[in-house]
Amino acid sequence: MAKYDYVPSPFMANSIVKWVDHRLPIFTLIDEQLVKYPAPRNLNYLWNFGSLAGIMLVVMILSGIFLAMNYNPSTAGAFDSVERIMRDVNYGWLIRYIHMNGASMFFIVVYIHILRGLYYGSYKYPREILWWLGIVIFLLMMATAFMGYVLPWGQMSFWGATVITNLFSAFPIVGEHIVLWLWGGFSVDNPTLNRFFALHYLMPFVIAGVVLLHLWALHVHGSNNPLGIDAKGPQDKIPFHPYYTVKDAFGLAVFFIIFAYFVFFSPYTLGHPDNWIEANPLVTPPHIVPEWYFLPFYAVLRAVPDKLGGVLLMFGSIAILFLLPWLDTSRVRSARFRPAYRVFFWLFVICCLALGWAGAMPAEGVPLLVGQVATVWYFLHFLVFLPLLGWFERPLPLPASIAEPVLGGGKAGMVAATKPMEKA
Amino acid sequence: MAQPGSTTITEGEGRKHPDGTTRRDFLYLSAGAFAGTGAVLTGWAFIHSMNPAADVLALASTEVNLAPIAVGQAITVTWRGKPVFVRHRTAEEIAKAKEDDKAALPDPQPDARRVQKPEWLVLVGVCTHLGCVPLGQKPSDAKGDFGGWFCPCHGSHYDTSGRIRRGPAPANLAVPSYAFTNDTTIRIG
Repeated sequence: MAKYDYVPSPFMANSIVKWVDHRLPIFTLIDEQLVKYPAPRNLNYLWNFGSLAGIMLVVMILSGIFLAMNYNPSTAGAFDSVERIMRDVNYGWLIRYIHMNGASMFFIVVYIHILRGLYYGSYKYPREILWWLGIVIFLLMMATAFMGYVLPWGQMSFWGATVITNLFSAFPIVGEHIVLWLWGGFSVDNPTLNRFFALHYLMPFVIAGVVLLHLWALHVHGSNNPLGIDAKGPQDKIPFHPYYTVKDAFGLAVFFIIFAYFVFFSPYTLGHPDNWIEANPLVTPPHIVPEWYFLPFYAVLRAVPDKLGGVLLMFGSIAILFLLPWLDTSRVRSARFRPAYRVFFWLFVICCLALGWAGAMPAEGVPLLVGQVATVWYFLHFLVFLPLLGWFERPLPLPASIAEPVLGGGKAGMVAATKPMEKA
Repeated sequence: MAQPGSTTITEGEGRKHPDGTTRRDFLYLSAGAFAGTGAVLTGWAFIHSMNPAADVLALASTEVNLAPIAVGQAITVTWRGKPVFVRHRTAEEIAKAKEDDKAALPDPQPDARRVQKPEWLVLVGVCTHLGCVPLGQKPSDAKGDFGGWFCPCHGSHYDTSGRIRRGPAPANLAVPSYAFTNDTTIRIG
C-alpha cells in the first residue's frame, strides 16, 4: 500500500489554492498527508497519543518562549526571576504551571505512545526507522527536560544537575574531562546554567525537526493498527479527515481536561518541594530524586553497586530499544494474536512501574532489591524472552483483512471477493 | 421521541430541518465556538504576560523631596526608566517664561498651565523630536538660546518653561502628572 488513488479534495479547485499550489505545492501536501490521507479504519484511542505528543511539543515551545521572556539565566538572578514570574508577571503563574506540568503530561503521553508501539508491534518491518526516530525524540526529550529542570536553580535543580553530569565521570580516562567540559568550570555554576538555558531553548526545535522525519517515515507505509496486519485495499482504509481529525480532537479535549486539572488544582503534585529552596552548593538535600519520569532509569542506575556498571546499564536500557525490531523474532505484530507475548508485555509494564517505585525510594533494603530484580527482568525481557517467544509462541490465526472483523464476515467476504488481494 | 412534525430523517445526517440544517451543523458550530473562545482566552493570558508586570507597575510612581534644591538649581530623577527634570526656577526665569507666553510658540501653551507652583518646573527630560535627553540641567551645560534646555542630537531649543522654541522637535517637553503631597514633596506618576 505504498501508493493510493488520490482524488483531490474540493478545496483544491479554489483558484487561489491552485495559484499557490502550482508554485509551492503546500496544499497538495496538506491534502495528501492530512485530509485525504488513508488511515486504517480500525485505529483505537491509543492512536491518539502521537498527535497528543505533537500538540504537547507545541504547548511546551509556546509556554517556554513566554517564560524565557521573563527568565534570567544567571546563578544570581535565576531563582528570583522564577519567583517574579510566579508573583508579578501577568498570568506568569499560569504559563509556568502549564510548562511545569506540561513536561509531565508530555512524558505520560509519550510513554503511552511507546507502550502502544510495544503492544501492537509497531516497531516491526517496515517501520524500524520510524521506531528509531521515536527513540531519538525520546532521548532528546530527556535531555531537554533535564536541562529545563535545572533552570529554576532550586536545590533539586542544582543537585540533579550535579548528579547527572557526574554520571559521565564514570568513564575511564576521559570521564573527568567530559564533566569539566559539561560544566565549563569546576562545579555546576553560572557557565553551566547559561549553556543549559541556551540548549534548553534550542532542543525543542531539534525535536520538531526529528518529529518531521518521524512523520515522514510514518507516512511511507502508514499507521500500524490494532490488528497488526497490512491493509489489503481501499476497503481497509478511511480518509484521515474527518474521521481521525475528529477522533484526535475529541481525545485532545479529554486530555486537556486532565492537563487543566493539574495546572489549576494540583500544580505541585508532580514536582518536588525542595526546589523551592534556592540552590546551595554547600548543602545536599537528604534525599535526591529526579522528576517522576526519570525514576525507572534512576532505579536502573542505582541497581548496580558499581559506578561505571550502573551508568552503562542505564544508557543500555534505552540503547537496547534500538535493537528491538530484531530482538522480537515473532512475525506477528499485534499482541492481540500473541497470547504469550501479551502476558510478558504486562509483566514488562509492571516491571517498569516497579522500577519507578524503586527509583523514588531510598536506595536500600526492599526498594533496592525490587529495583535490582526489576532491572534484571527489564533486560531479560528484551534479550531472552522476546527472542524465545518468537520461537515457542503459537500465535492465534490472523484475520484475512482489516475490514473483515470490522464489517463482519459476510460483508467483508463480498468486498474481498470483488477485490483481488495482494499477498502480505 | 416527540419531534416537531416538520423534521425529516435522512440516512447518515440525522434529523434534518426543512431549511437544510442538521444537528451535526449545531455540533460543529458549538464545538468550534467553544474551542475558539478557549483559544482566545488562553491567547490573552500569553499576550498579557508581555504587559508591564506588577513589580514594574509598583515602581511607576516616584517621590521627590524638594527641600534640598536651592533656587536656580535643577535635579534629574528617574521615573519609569526616564529622566525627569525638576528645576527650582529663579524669579527672572519665571518672569521670562510668563513674558514668552505671548511669543510665537510652535506648541502654544501658557506657563501657568505647565506648573502647579511657579517656582517648581517638572518635566519629562526626553526631547520630543527623537528621544534624546536635552542639556541644561548642570550649570556648565549649554541651555540653548532661550535659557532652558538644548538638545545636542538635532539642535532643539527649549525655554524656561520647557517649551519648544526652535529646532525640529514638534512639541514642548512633556509635563508628567504629579502632585504635591506636602509643601516640599512631590509624587510623580
